[in-house]
Amino acid sequence: MSKHTLSVLVENRPGILARVAGLFARRGFNIHSLAVGPTEVASVSRMTVVVDVDELPLEQVTKQLNKLISVIKIVELEPTSSVQRELMLVKVKADLQTRTHVLETVELFRAKVIDVAPDAVTIEATGNTEKLEALLKVLEPFGIRELVQSGMVAVGRGSRSITDRALRSA
Amino acid sequence: MSGHRSGNDAGTTSTPGAHAHDGESMTGAASLVRSLEAVGVDVVFGIPGGAILPLYDPLMDSPSVRHILVRHEQGGGHAAEGYAYATGKVGVCMATSGPGATNLVTPIADAYMDSVPMVAITGQVPSSSIGTDAFQEADISGITMPITKHNFLVTDPADIPRAIAEAFHIAGTGRPGPVLVDVSKDALQAVARFQWPDRIDLPGYRPVARPHGKQVREAARLLVESKRPVLYVGGGVIRARASEELRRLVDLTGAPVVTTLMARGSLPDSHPQHLGMPGMHGTVAAVTALQKADLIISLGARFDDRVTGKLSSFAPGATIVHADIDPAEISKNRVADVPIVGDAKEVISELVLAVEAEKTAGRRPDLGAWWTELDSLRTRYPLGYTAPPPGEVSPQHVIQRIGQISGPESLYVAGVGQHQMWAAQFIQYEHPNTWINSGGLGTMGFSVPAAMGAKVGQPDKTVWSIDGDGCFQMTNQELATCTINDIPIKVAVINNSSLGMVRQWQTLFYNERYSNTDLHTSHKGERIPDFVKLADAYGCVGLRCERPEDVDATIEKAMGINDVPVVVDFVVHRDAMVWPMVPAGVSNDDIQVARGMSPTWDRED
Repeated sequence: MSKHTLSVLVENRPGILARVAGLFARRGFNIHSLAVGPTEVASVSRMTVVVDVDELPLEQVTKQLNKLISVIKIVELEPTSSVQRELMLVKVKADLQTRTHVLETVELFRAKVIDVAPDAVTIEATGNTEKLEALLKVLEPFGIRELVQSGMVAVGRGSRSITDRALRSA
Repeated sequence: MSGHRSGNDAGTTSTPGAHAHDGESMTGAASLVRSLEAVGVDVVFGIPGGAILPLYDPLMDSPSVRHILVRHEQGGGHAAEGYAYATGKVGVCMATSGPGATNLVTPIADAYMDSVPMVAITGQVPSSSIGTDAFQEADISGITMPITKHNFLVTDPADIPRAIAEAFHIAGTGRPGPVLVDVSKDALQAVARFQWPDRIDLPGYRPVARPHGKQVREAARLLVESKRPVLYVGGGVIRARASEELRRLVDLTGAPVVTTLMARGSLPDSHPQHLGMPGMHGTVAAVTALQKADLIISLGARFDDRVTGKLSSFAPGATIVHADIDPAEISKNRVADVPIVGDAKEVISELVLAVEAEKTAGRRPDLGAWWTELDSLRTRYPLGYTAPPPGEVSPQHVIQRIGQISGPESLYVAGVGQHQMWAAQFIQYEHPNTWINSGGLGTMGFSVPAAMGAKVGQPDKTVWSIDGDGCFQMTNQELATCTINDIPIKVAVINNSSLGMVRQWQTLFYNERYSNTDLHTSHKGERIPDFVKLADAYGCVGLRCERPEDVDATIEKAMGINDVPVVVDFVVHRDAMVWPMVPAGVSNDDIQVARGMSPTWDRED
């Protein structure tokens, strides 16, 4: 099995998340991460779904997704021709002794400290999965108190827009 | 509506007066009735209740929409399906919120599996109460999400006309299917301006009807080169109303044809190239032809497990051409070598042209050896059945005689189980849409209400419900609906006093331990209930036949009663079994023609 990133343009209507998530569940596909948000077109939302599947099942799930009336377009984004980012907020133990080290790590990964308490700092980091995993690995020895991560969002490289073409054909 | 040709034109075009009420202020309920009129609905099967009550008031005054009050919502749903089968139009059923809506779940799932165009309209609790566990609240759009082609929850009266227009468009075009429109009570009561949409604009819904020319030409090339081709015809050919086109292709190619359970009647059974039904209870010739084929052209079929048997051993030597209007069916179960996405009517028409072009160029298939082999199979293993003990009635004989006496113009509507398989095997179908059954979901209780709906759609045709004693007891309350509304269907209860198909499996696979399959409806003099008395109680004519010599006379008598529904209790031999059979999960190569008897393959032919 391998990870695939699907960008799914959907009509911005109530219930669409349930339709898409339900389809993955009942056809037996595992969603690795999912992110939904608005696009430059008010009536259209964009979902970025990362799934763990082989090639043939991926084709099947894409076809099944396409059958949902509220799904307008599906594009698979290849890692090499797209930019992929996740957002992570992590609360790390940091007292007077360790704080400097923690802050150095934050610098090194071009992350940001967004909240400070006497015994902890909260760090914001964005990047692809590998970068965030690497950061976490370095932070782990300090003690991670809380971790929250967004689903991946991704966009194709270059000037072409998938929304543009999807809506022109409509 | 917008450019592409639909697979099913019913219900997708507005009636001429669709815009007649544009701009008028009216309640959501009135606007829903106007919308049903605008899409040309003539019959709705339903039951009122609290949340949908506002709709039933203006419905009473509609000049064109006839509402038939059913006795159970499931019956209403199956009736809508039967109506859709018989007419090709979108069937409509209606129910109130909560239990009314959940009772529609089975027919909706049934319509989804068998691609039946249907619109279900349900009332919902007022929008302010949604999500509060209000009285008779059920999240029916959530519940039916996996079993509808699409569904709507409407809470604004202004949205009703568009939702109805879109629902009928979606249900009837592309691969047909059920669409649910759930309307909150306050949306039915509030007043809004009626505006019928000028066009349907669904950016996420563009079914492809016209196939790719290159793929069709490739299929034609394979067809003329093939030594052992089979045309594997499924329900899509019925839905696309492509029987005429199919006939041309069959005559042109000389290739053998198998028609699935959902496609019985798409090619006349009397056609010499017709090998019958494939699958678990298919003919030896049909099953074996697929197994030994070098080319399978699948037209509107979906390689269902009941057809393929153990998938990994299905048709091992065949190149697969798979044509379907639903791209997701292609390569779902068996990988297609030549995928063709398109409406069966268009695909077959273009395939005919492409094969003609091949023939003009001097390439034509030589199927002589293939036909010798298949004809030998047909001769050696014709459909048949073991005679019952003397004095007992054979269920197969009853069903065969109903088909012969009532004839190929009649409609036959089955439930699910042994009687369904026998009705698929022993009635000779000559026309599409004369065979109506629950194939994919296998819904017991389908027959009586679906026959009722079919009779409403085709009032001039004789409609036989071929039912089992188990199925019949699930939905026979619709006999009341039939009697009251002058819907004179004929019901043949093939009464073996058991859940016959389950019993057959217990005989074959569970050491004849008959756990919970005895229904006490005829064996050993028990009649609980007595179907003749039950028919009488519903105002139908009840007949009983218990002796082989009375079969014809009883059928003739039933044929003569056309003013009220007739129920015939055919008390039949209990141990009759459906053969041939490929047990579940087993290779089609291991088909048995009777218990413990497999055909011998290795003769010299």
